[in-house]
Amino acid sequence: MNREELLKSIKIKFKQSIKDFLDKSETRVYFEIDPKDIKELTEYLFMDIGARFNIASGIDTRFNIEIIYHFTIERLNLIISIRVKLDRDKPKVDSITPLIKGAEWIEREIHELIGVDFTGHPNLKRLLLSDDWPEGVYPLRADYKEWDKGAIRDRGV
Amino acid sequence: MAKTIIPIGPYHPLQEEPEFFQLVVEGEKIVDAIANIGYNHRGIEKLSELKTFDQVAFVVERICGICSTSHPLAYVRAVEDILGNDCVVPERANYIRTIIAELERIHSHLLWIGLAGHFLGYNTVYMWAWKERETVLDIFEELSGNRNNYAMMRVGGVRRDFEEKSLAGVITRLNKLIDFVQMIKKAVLDDPVLHARLKGVGVLTKQDCIDYCALGPTARASGIANDVRKDDPYAAYDKVKWNVITQIEGDVFAKAVVRILETLESINIVIECMQKMPKGPIYDNVKDIPCGEGIGHIEAPRGECFHYVRSDGTNRPVRHKVRAPTYMNLPTYKEALIGETISDATIILAAIDPCYCCTERVTVIDANNKKNKTVYSQQDLIKLSQRKTEQIRAKLGAR
Repeated sequence: MNREELLKSIKIKFKQSIKDFLDKSETRVYFEIDPKDIKELTEYLFMDIGARFNIASGIDTRFNIEIIYHFTIERLNLIISIRVKLDRDKPKVDSITPLIKGAEWIEREIHELIGVDFTGHPNLKRLLLSDDWPEGVYPLRADYKEWDKGAIRDRGV
Repeated sequence: MAKTIIPIGPYHPLQEEPEFFQLVVEGEKIVDAIANIGYNHRGIEKLSELKTFDQVAFVVERICGICSTSHPLAYVRAVEDILGNDCVVPERANYIRTIIAELERIHSHLLWIGLAGHFLGYNTVYMWAWKERETVLDIFEELSGNRNNYAMMRVGGVRRDFEEKSLAGVITRLNKLIDFVQMIKKAVLDDPVLHARLKGVGVLTKQDCIDYCALGPTARASGIANDVRKDDPYAAYDKVKWNVITQIEGDVFAKAVVRILETLESINIVIECMQKMPKGPIYDNVKDIPCGEGIGHIEAPRGECFHYVRSDGTNRPVRHKVRAPTYMNLPTYKEALIGETISDATIILAAIDPCYCCTERVTVIDANNKKNKTVYSQQDLIKLSQRKTEQIRAKLGAR
């Protein structure tokens, strides 16, 4: 399967759930999909296509919480980034750890740093933060305040 | 038989970095293993949101002292990915990037070979490997001005050019290093004791590597020929001849073989690059970073190093995700450790060449007053350091 066939197959298979598609360059493509289909799409990419899961990055954009799952297909030299947008008040998405063991740590990290609830995760406890870190305080949220008061927090615009 | 839990760490005089393993054993056999990390988390991702695009290259350089050029290189490539066609890295800069990245791989692999020897009680290898590693550090000093944290990468190129007159001497020294690595190769690969000690120990199957998304030499030792340098060529890797090294056994011995042979490949890459390097400018001037997002991934000594940067058109990144290779490689300890004996645990854990400072990236907080206030600011640390120096001076003077 070459690059075009692969992208076409994803577009046909997940026609209902694709909200946005960006063909950024020869080696990078971005999909935005409905959060409820992330597990199915991951299964398709990881099991059927044989993509490697790179990492997921969680972002608080102030409007919603975004998680971007990056997959690499070495033989096509292509990085596919799957974006899901979650409700900021109660971010919740299906865990992909039951499919990919390598996703366990990053989902735990996003859970403690940004506060996303991964349903179906087998072991959703803290990874990096200490045990006495207060509940419900997420350091990578945009409105996180109790950090270093002396730091310059303007965005330099 | 009753199960016993053996705690290793998090702080121990014999450990180089803080990590905490709980090995559940029955007699001598490991039946389960649990790892806790987070003892070395410094919040670099948060920190880099407060720095300008130029400064971040220096911040990420300090994530790790061993692979200190991998992170800046992955970062600048992510920013160049945002810029797209607006930024063309000059040819000479590509060669310089390759040389620095490969020299780093040589010193990192030599460091691992030394440590592996040390963990096995084979201290001769440790002394040899670390002695020859000095050669590489000296070369670094000559080329970049620093033995570590070379500060060579910038968005659009490199910061510093090599001096033509030093290249010939460097090539001579690298040729000598080849002889040494050949010797180590013989000493390790032909040694019946090491064969007996390492073969069949800590086997990681190909399927485990795929499930855990393992990277770099760890995956290549299990027969997965993934290497970003070949798969998505960056810098000058597509202009020189070299081979991806793979083994199929997946045990500790295979990982050692992969690293030793890779060191030889790297030395050849550096020499070829130095001979082929064209003259010209070393950076493309980049003024503004537009809105957008970019991904940069490179092959660090331990595997693929992955950076995601998002810009909102200001002079600072809005989000910067850093994924170091050990983050994916470390969870494989479960598959490799279970079923082995406790005496093999150290070398199996060391076999993936774990780098904890890369894996964890927060701030020192006061655990007693629960307020998440940073205990030490930069000024405090400088003060503490100066006070310590004064104390040492006073002591020496008093003698």
